[in-house]
Amino acid sequence: MNQPAAELSRNARANSRARPMTGNEAIARGAWEAGLRVAAAYPGTPSTEIMENLGRFPAEDLHAQWSTNEKTAMDVAIGASFAGVRAMAAMKHVGLNVAADALMSFSYIGVNGGLVIAICDDPGIHSSQNEQDSRVFAGFAHVPVLEPSDAQEALDFTRHAFEMSERFDTPVMVRATTRLSHTRSAVEVGDRHEPPVRGFDENPAKNVMIPGHARQRHPKVLERIRLVAEEMETSALNRVEMGDSRVGIITVGVPYAYVKEAMPEASVLKLASSYPLPERLIRDFCQHVERVLVVEELEPIIENAIKVMGLSVEGKEWFPRVGEFSPEVVREGLARAGVIDAPARKAAFGFAPMVRPPVLCAGCPHTSCYMALRALDARVAGDIGCYTLASIEPLRSIDTTVSMGSSIANAIGMVKAGIETRPVVATIGDSTFLHSGIPPLIDAVYNGADITVFLLDNHITAMTGGQDHPATGKTLRGDDAPRVDFVELVKSLGVEWVRRVDSYDMATMLRSLREAIEHKGVSVVISDRPCVLDPVKIKGPALAVDQEKCIACQSCMNLGCPALTWSDGWHEGRHKVAIDPDACMGCTLCAQICPTDSIAPIAAGAGAA
Amino acid sequence: MSSRTSGPTNVLIVGVGGQGVIMVSKVLAQLCQNQGHQVKQSEVHGMAKRGGGVFSHVRFGAQVWSPTIPEGEADILVALEWAEGLRWINFMKPDSGIFIADCQRIVPPFACRDRGRGAEPAYAPQTPEEIMEQVSTGYAMDATGMAERLGNARAANTVLLGALSTALDFAPEAWLEVIEAFVPPRTVEINRNAFLEGRAWAMAGSKRVDETASGLHRHREVARHGPVNTVVEIIDEWCKGCDICVKMCPERCLRLDGRLVAELALPDLCTGCRMCELLCPDFAIRITNTAVTDAVTEAAQ
Repeated sequence: MNQPAAELSRNARANSRARPMTGNEAIARGAWEAGLRVAAAYPGTPSTEIMENLGRFPAEDLHAQWSTNEKTAMDVAIGASFAGVRAMAAMKHVGLNVAADALMSFSYIGVNGGLVIAICDDPGIHSSQNEQDSRVFAGFAHVPVLEPSDAQEALDFTRHAFEMSERFDTPVMVRATTRLSHTRSAVEVGDRHEPPVRGFDENPAKNVMIPGHARQRHPKVLERIRLVAEEMETSALNRVEMGDSRVGIITVGVPYAYVKEAMPEASVLKLASSYPLPERLIRDFCQHVERVLVVEELEPIIENAIKVMGLSVEGKEWFPRVGEFSPEVVREGLARAGVIDAPARKAAFGFAPMVRPPVLCAGCPHTSCYMALRALDARVAGDIGCYTLASIEPLRSIDTTVSMGSSIANAIGMVKAGIETRPVVATIGDSTFLHSGIPPLIDAVYNGADITVFLLDNHITAMTGGQDHPATGKTLRGDDAPRVDFVELVKSLGVEWVRRVDSYDMATMLRSLREAIEHKGVSVVISDRPCVLDPVKIKGPALAVDQEKCIACQSCMNLGCPALTWSDGWHEGRHKVAIDPDACMGCTLCAQICPTDSIAPIAAGAGAA
Repeated sequence: MSSRTSGPTNVLIVGVGGQGVIMVSKVLAQLCQNQGHQVKQSEVHGMAKRGGGVFSHVRFGAQVWSPTIPEGEADILVALEWAEGLRWINFMKPDSGIFIADCQRIVPPFACRDRGRGAEPAYAPQTPEEIMEQVSTGYAMDATGMAERLGNARAANTVLLGALSTALDFAPEAWLEVIEAFVPPRTVEINRNAFLEGRAWAMAGSKRVDETASGLHRHREVARHGPVNTVVEIIDEWCKGCDICVKMCPERCLRLDGRLVAELALPDLCTGCRMCELLCPDFAIRITNTAVTDAVTEAAQ
């Protein structure tokens, strides 16, 4: 969602009036207030809006950029920290896997300018490939993690994280979840603070991680996290709310709100962080209540750590380890634990809801690609993007999806296994290809894999809502930038067979794919059409179905186009097809497929069918 | 609005991606904040633009904890699309929940998967009349039609906001002030009228169904199509194994056998659509659809 310009200038004026903000907006605001100078991210739901919002602060305040992937974003932020300014990298949970290599070593180095990593987890898997818990990385990397429970805390904790980062010489994670990132609530904002300028710190023993230096740093890292834990014992970020002494609940992040909703009378220890934990504070709280429950989403990180302290607490025996929490889930858990009465469930209506899976948009240039692959009966290794929607009916033409950039190397493995009889095709979007598709393509050329790579170039990072990347010709702030030329890039990697085809030309696409598959070795077909939504919504003249000619074969319905639906007419007992003229953007794919030539643009001046 | 001493007011707004669910909830949230309430508004996007279901929880009051509304605790459910309203209907308070829905149908491609003879879209079969019998307060309105008649179908959301305004204790002027700040300047007049028309429509009763709205109502006609017997004949000698029929069959029920001749491998999936017959360049496929008479049915039994 774009903010109106007026709102932005108000934003930049830094008043102290409370205004509604999402968790992501608040993280961006907190970072700006803390004097952030350099920020980098790769888009990923639910984290994307952090960088989009940072890009709306004045360019003289901070440099904000889309990076090609999360590791690059992390390294850009690390570079800025080396240079002596406050820096931020933002990403979704699975993005941290990509950036983990840099994080693990940088943890040993520590910071010069404060460095904060904003991580958005996705419990419940609203728009991801898994629901891993990033807090595990905090302990793994010995990096403190702050976990706000609402938008106000998102701003406050982010500001605090920068200060903490510099004081303890450590990167700091701020962890949100989808619910926090995308919930809007009132936030009191503050002014921007300009931290004193630090120059580059010429200290090879700290900045150059060779074995001799790293061995020196490791104990310092452990000492550092001990000092952070010591501070957390008395930090105002943690909060004890004593109530009924029979039940004490230890919780962190958004589940705190669910606990307050479900059991307002309970004693609560609201932690600001799962790592490092304030042991004395926890022991003290446990002594003052008869029974202790830990309410945390996903992994039992706090629970296990408290058990290691030798304290008796309960948690995952009552609360699920999978999925997103909600007031209902927390109530049910508390009821199972016997501390509240079982909630009365009375569903008034017994019917099952209609199935409405997300679909590719009307006119989506990916549609023809998967129609063609379906017709070629290919074995298709898929990747991450809108096009994973082609794995379900009616396109049903993606066989595997693993992680960003996996498709090409998965395809190499499939052919090298030596038993696949179908042609093996890897499909990958433009943004994903730039993110992590280039090394596996080099691998395919180097190892002589007989695969076809189908590069679905829709000129944008579409799934996350239309972000620019190095092949769009624009930066985050909308400035002109050099454009990656995919044909030249692919050729330079040693691919001998490459062709760019129009995504709206079914016949040429099929013929090109067939030729590409016949080519021995690596071939690359580039499907080339812009996304119909971003950067501009494309709307051409709508098509209509001639109800006299339609024979209800429904071949066009296999496109899964949301503009196509059944009309009231029948042919041999089956519904004929109609086109919603408001939804249709005129791509003509259905007209190209129609065996009876019944689909044509609505004649100028004529009404809709 | 029912008087309450504690707990927030819960409004759940639902619809399909692209309809403006988020805009409606932002208007409400901004209004509540202007009126001095604590507000939380929670939504999930990512897939939102892709035609899937979209929802937004708005909770306001003196103190709001959870950003989401627990099931069975929504005071008001506002649906921009009929079937989406039904998806969330159990989130309403069972005895006092207010149901406000546009009768507009958005039939997803997935609902048109059954190509069998006589198949109807797998769309929510519940009629507005059935639902209204079971709620204490409800409005099944033709918001899209009302907005179209005012000159812009996209103002349907504002019609619904007008109906919603009758269920909450805020002055109409306060609503209009926020709405006018959210809509494009040249549509202010249409949105103003849309709000007032929706409000007037809902003021006229505590339970109303717009009988003219769409094909959702109880007495609509349903076409009847008896079963047919489909025979697929493939002349082996004429088939050269080009596999056009195999690749283009909408149901994927054909394949090439060991001799590279087309065969009907999954006859249960065949709908008799004649696609293969039409596309075969060698006229090797013939489809015969014969209506199944009672005598044939009896004989089969």
